[in-house]
Amino acid sequence: MTWFLKPETLPEKFAVMLLAVLLFAMIMGLVLAVVDRPRLPRWVPVVGYLGPALLLIIFGLLWPGMLTIRNSFYNATSTDYIGLANYQQIFTDEGFLIVLRNTVFWVILVPLVATALGLIYAVLVDRTRVEKLAKTLIFLPMAISMVGASIIWKFMYEYRDPSLPQIGLLNQVVMWLGGQPQQWLLNPPLNTFMLIVVMIWIQAGFAMTVLSAAIKAIPDEIVEAAKVDGVTGMKLFVNITVPSVRPAIIVVLTTIAMGTLKAFDIVYTMTGGNFNTSIVANEFYTQSFNQGQRGLGAALAVLLFIAVTPMIIYNLRQMRISEGER
Amino acid sequence: MIHKHAAKGLVAVLSATAMLSLAACSSGSSPTAAASADCTAYSQYGDLSGKTVSVFTSISADEEATPHIESYKDFEQCTGATIKYEGSKDFESQLPVRVEAGNAPDIAYIPQPGLVNTMVATGKSFPVSDLAIQNIDANYDPVWKDLVTVDGKVYATPVGANVKSFVWYSPKMFAEKGYTVPMTWDELIALSDKIAADNSGGVTKPWCAGIESGTATGWPATDWVEDLMLRVNGPEVYDQWVNHTIPFNDPKVVAAMDKAGSILKNPKYVNGGFGDVKTIATTAFADAGAPILDGTCFMHRQASFYQANWASFDENATIAEDGDIWAFYLPAMTTDTKPVLFAGEFAMAFADRPEVQAFQAYLASPEWSNAKAKATPNGGWLSANKGLDPNNLTKPFDKLSYEILTNPQAVLRFDGSDLMPSAVGAGSFWKGMTNWIALNQSSQKVADSIEKSWPSK
Repeated sequence: MTWFLKPETLPEKFAVMLLAVLLFAMIMGLVLAVVDRPRLPRWVPVVGYLGPALLLIIFGLLWPGMLTIRNSFYNATSTDYIGLANYQQIFTDEGFLIVLRNTVFWVILVPLVATALGLIYAVLVDRTRVEKLAKTLIFLPMAISMVGASIIWKFMYEYRDPSLPQIGLLNQVVMWLGGQPQQWLLNPPLNTFMLIVVMIWIQAGFAMTVLSAAIKAIPDEIVEAAKVDGVTGMKLFVNITVPSVRPAIIVVLTTIAMGTLKAFDIVYTMTGGNFNTSIVANEFYTQSFNQGQRGLGAALAVLLFIAVTPMIIYNLRQMRISEGER
Repeated sequence: MIHKHAAKGLVAVLSATAMLSLAACSSGSSPTAAASADCTAYSQYGDLSGKTVSVFTSISADEEATPHIESYKDFEQCTGATIKYEGSKDFESQLPVRVEAGNAPDIAYIPQPGLVNTMVATGKSFPVSDLAIQNIDANYDPVWKDLVTVDGKVYATPVGANVKSFVWYSPKMFAEKGYTVPMTWDELIALSDKIAADNSGGVTKPWCAGIESGTATGWPATDWVEDLMLRVNGPEVYDQWVNHTIPFNDPKVVAAMDKAGSILKNPKYVNGGFGDVKTIATTAFADAGAPILDGTCFMHRQASFYQANWASFDENATIAEDGDIWAFYLPAMTTDTKPVLFAGEFAMAFADRPEVQAFQAYLASPEWSNAKAKATPNGGWLSANKGLDPNNLTKPFDKLSYEILTNPQAVLRFDGSDLMPSAVGAGSFWKGMTNWIALNQSSQKVADSIEKSWPSK
């Protein structure tokens, strides 16, 4: 049985995996078979259905979450209690303040710009002949992984000495316009905005898709009534379209904001957090795993958690409201 | 019962296919270890038939990992043990995770003595056996043992080594232009000025450099500072700096950083083939020497292991004292002292089974170093083992590195950033040097910020 307890070769690992899947299926089958019996006390099906999910949440989410909060008050090796020192360092150290500042830039700019672009784009292509093609084009970046997108954009921003042929598109365009090539990813604070552009490029498609569906759901009567009253163009957009899709806009904004807070891949791939471009999610990884500063890493994770929480609550409330309206 | 048989049958079938594919893989590699190993030197390790030792390292690229796997063949044949090799690019972040999760490898090759200390603190590692200590004492300079001694106990055996104090150049180009290899720091600066004057304007400069290395961006610049610390302030101050008995922002350290900056941050000297000073921050260290072959750069300071990179720029480049590429020793202030910055890996054990201890001891023996040298036909590897026969090193450059490293007159000092706590050595020091170049921060400001990040305990 040693291969079962300590699988070492690939086939052994696969065998163990198959056994685990079988075991899972058997238990779930058993649960389903038992809870369907009539005349069982009420708690049996409740435990049967909720139990496994609850256990997973407790041991997979709640317990590590508690541990992270505890570690954020401890030193680098999680052995000594040091109170709020980790948080104090994050809010006083110059390097960490830049990280926090960058994160604020990201969380404000990405959702606002991505949603605005998505909304305008959705309105412009709505009910035109090229709608499908236009929507596919802007949605495509969503299908590319964050790392893939980052590598693509790293090439876009690539710098070569003016005396050498440029291989980055952006610098070549600058050269054509008569300018000097720039180190787009090197000079702060511009480089942070260059990274933000990548995230907007990815997220605008998502915003466009959701908002386009919402626009299509506006009842025709409302639009026609407005038109009868002589409202067209910009006024129609501001007074009819935007208020009608407001719940969708808020869901899109908060969803993108949450995704942005957790964004790690773009910074990690494009600058590695160097040149004053780091953001909280990236700094958390570097501190915890590269520098062995577990307390600081945990404190950063807790800060992220605190920042995300109000957005989740707001998002859930909005969803409940919009569901109640239907 | 039927189930059990079925499962066993399945496992057998699957493992048979795996064997086939393994066989298919191994047929491609060169059969270096001919079956005729002399086993007399191996009797001390005993009979280890059926035992397995797992090895985890940061060396994952095939061309570097295969020689390692080949080098264990003699040991495996003579003792009957099996060595399981695994390399990962994320070694430094993976090892602590695996050790804490109770999934530690038997042996890990750790390139940083600082990380050895951290691992000792976890309480999950084991000191080396007496046999290993005998091997280290017999074959290595005492500096190697001191680096991994914690509370009087030795925790690891030396594996490979590399010499960092090298400046790569093209002997052919030097001969063509009438330049000579400098013997002192002042001669080096005079040569740099001469090259800069001969190539004013344009992208050709005396030096090229690159410090981009993913999450480790900045480390090549820390090597510069370490080399200059040894040259400007001497080995005693270097030790005080590494051990933090003088602060990181001590005026002596700042002076050494400025000395490094007199080349690295001098727009007249850098960055040949790439552009201005700031391009150093975005140039990958692996590509940074390439302009020497194009003739747009004349000197590139990088460790002996950089030898392997030249073939990737030009397969036909000859590495020889009169060839396309060679390296000279980074000169000291005078010719009287020869400080040498070096680095290397250490094998640390996370199990105390006899076969693990035997293998760890074997790695410090002359037999292994020679087996490894023979299993590395393309060169680019050496150890500081005194029992290593230089004739087994196939490349002349490795012989030069070996001579420098085992020269009794050399003042050897280990790469300082690898000795510092990881918050500094793998964190603020890298980041600080990156800012020093990319954001043009002053040496004083960078030193201050690194000093602030030094862990209080």
